[in-house]
Amino acid sequence: MSLSPTGALKHSGSLFAMALDVLRTLPRRPFQLREFIQQAWFIASVTILPTALVSIPFGAVIALQIGSLTRQLGAQSFSGAASVLAVLREASPIVTALLIAGAGGTAICADLGARKIREEIDAMQVLGIDPIHRLVVPRVLATMLVAVLLNGLVSVVGVAGGYFFNVVMQNGTPGAYLASFTTLAQLSDLWAAELKALVFGAIAAIVASYKGLNAQGGPKGVGDAVNQSVVITFMLLFVTNFVMTAVYFQLVPQRG
Amino acid sequence: MGVEICVEGLTKSFGHQVIWQDVSLTLPAGEVSVMLGPSGTGKSVFLKTLVGLLKPERGSIKIAGQDITKLRERDLYEVRKLFGVLFQDGALFGSMSLYDNIAFPLREHTRKPESEVRRIVLEKMDMVGLIGAEDKLPGEISGGMRKRAGLARALVLDPEIILFDEPDSGLDPVRVAYLNQLIVDLNAQIDATFLIVTHDIASARLVPDNIGLLFRRELVMFGPREDLLTSDEPVVRQFLNGRMQGPIGMAEEKDAAQVEQELADLGNGAGQNAGEESTTAMTPRLLPSPGVTRPPRWQAIAEREVETRRKAEPHGEGEPPDQAEPPQKTEPQGEAESPRKKGEEVADA
Repeated sequence: MSLSPTGALKHSGSLFAMALDVLRTLPRRPFQLREFIQQAWFIASVTILPTALVSIPFGAVIALQIGSLTRQLGAQSFSGAASVLAVLREASPIVTALLIAGAGGTAICADLGARKIREEIDAMQVLGIDPIHRLVVPRVLATMLVAVLLNGLVSVVGVAGGYFFNVVMQNGTPGAYLASFTTLAQLSDLWAAELKALVFGAIAAIVASYKGLNAQGGPKGVGDAVNQSVVITFMLLFVTNFVMTAVYFQLVPQRG
Repeated sequence: MGVEICVEGLTKSFGHQVIWQDVSLTLPAGEVSVMLGPSGTGKSVFLKTLVGLLKPERGSIKIAGQDITKLRERDLYEVRKLFGVLFQDGALFGSMSLYDNIAFPLREHTRKPESEVRRIVLEKMDMVGLIGAEDKLPGEISGGMRKRAGLARALVLDPEIILFDEPDSGLDPVRVAYLNQLIVDLNAQIDATFLIVTHDIASARLVPDNIGLLFRRELVMFGPREDLLTSDEPVVRQFLNGRMQGPIGMAEEKDAAQVEQELADLGNGAGQNAGEESTTAMTPRLLPSPGVTRPPRWQAIAEREVETRRKAEPHGEGEPPDQAEPPQKTEPQGEAESPRKKGEEVADA
């Protein structure tokens, strides 16, 4: 990665240009259904298990933190409400983002990067096939779909993990935990989280594709591209997350 | 058939480094041209610029009346359907079998039924001698097979222009000979415009109608094969003879004084390698194999070849044997051409 300011600007510009290209190519027929299904299946298969395994301790940590805090304040009845809110609003989109970028994005970037340095992408272009249409669009859509589904999975597993730790490990009251479930959280929180996941999926896939398609300099170039794609995706995702959260609080009235 | 490519004032650089500048040439429709040049002179870059994968800084490339340097992306993809390109390592799709690789352009661009696709794919695979390897993955086969499969894929849409990026690199001499014969046969059969980028001098002498030489960031010469093979231009002489004495150095180029000294030594016969002789002699041309029906262009070429052979022969017997050609080389050529017999065939036709 070039460290000069113009270099960084140029890369941001090309990245944005590619995002626009993807948008523009989106409606073009024929839609690559086969590639889309293959990629969705592939991304789901590399992300489901790690996501589930990460979200259990994530829910547990939140439950532990909130559990001891609410006990000190004497507000145990609210521990369920707080942990659901935390998992649903922040933990699940973030965990989804990390896994989508870390497992899905790297796979996409490495795959496209390897094709690029073997001249497969050039060959495809010479055969009159637009790699954005043939390869990138199906991958972006597949990642978005899988991200949305994963977000649901993380929410469920995270809340279940929180319940387990709060009730079983910390001797909380199951009734109170369940009763306070919806005191703070509301349905729009879930929609917002799903929307975040959708956007995160798109960003992760576009950055990974961009880095993959611009890999150069042999096998080492592919490694560098994967590395950079993860770093860039993480930075973008956390910034996007902050912005979307801020906008959400302005738009949707909060409970409590 | 075949499309003319007209390149004018083309300049390409990466950052501040100029790859080549002001390249102007015309690849005549239906003819075979070879682009030569020492390693690292941007031959492959030239090829990629021709198909619009790289954008030149200046100049134009006109193909079928369209300047591809100014086309929009979408129109560029349309123009590219005229092209078949053989990349250095074949550039096959690693996740697909050879059959799927070769069928890929047909499936993407045409609505042909699968039976029709199968017929075309098997025909092209037969052409390059890959029957029986349909289900192999590109990772499981040798470099030569990958190259031939890449060629079959390039041919499958019946292109008007075929570009070869170093078809002979990494192949053994026998396979190179077969590949050259295949290229010539193909040209006689489908009449497309061919451009071969290589640094193999033997092929360059044998195969093309036209030769170009890239050196020192510019096109030194481009013209009919006869002109270049008999040229006195030091760079051309040095490259076509593959010798050390001349302007081309190990790194890039030598200083002028040294070059002059070397060439003078060479002229006096006091060069370092006294055994190494240079030649401006014409080498006979590779003709399509006997089974291939020749279009008028190739018949004319065959007749001309026979003519030059006849002229050369009385001399050839009187003089010491042609030093330029190692004795092994003359055999396959004689076999490939057998000029007398060819002449009769032409006369009969």
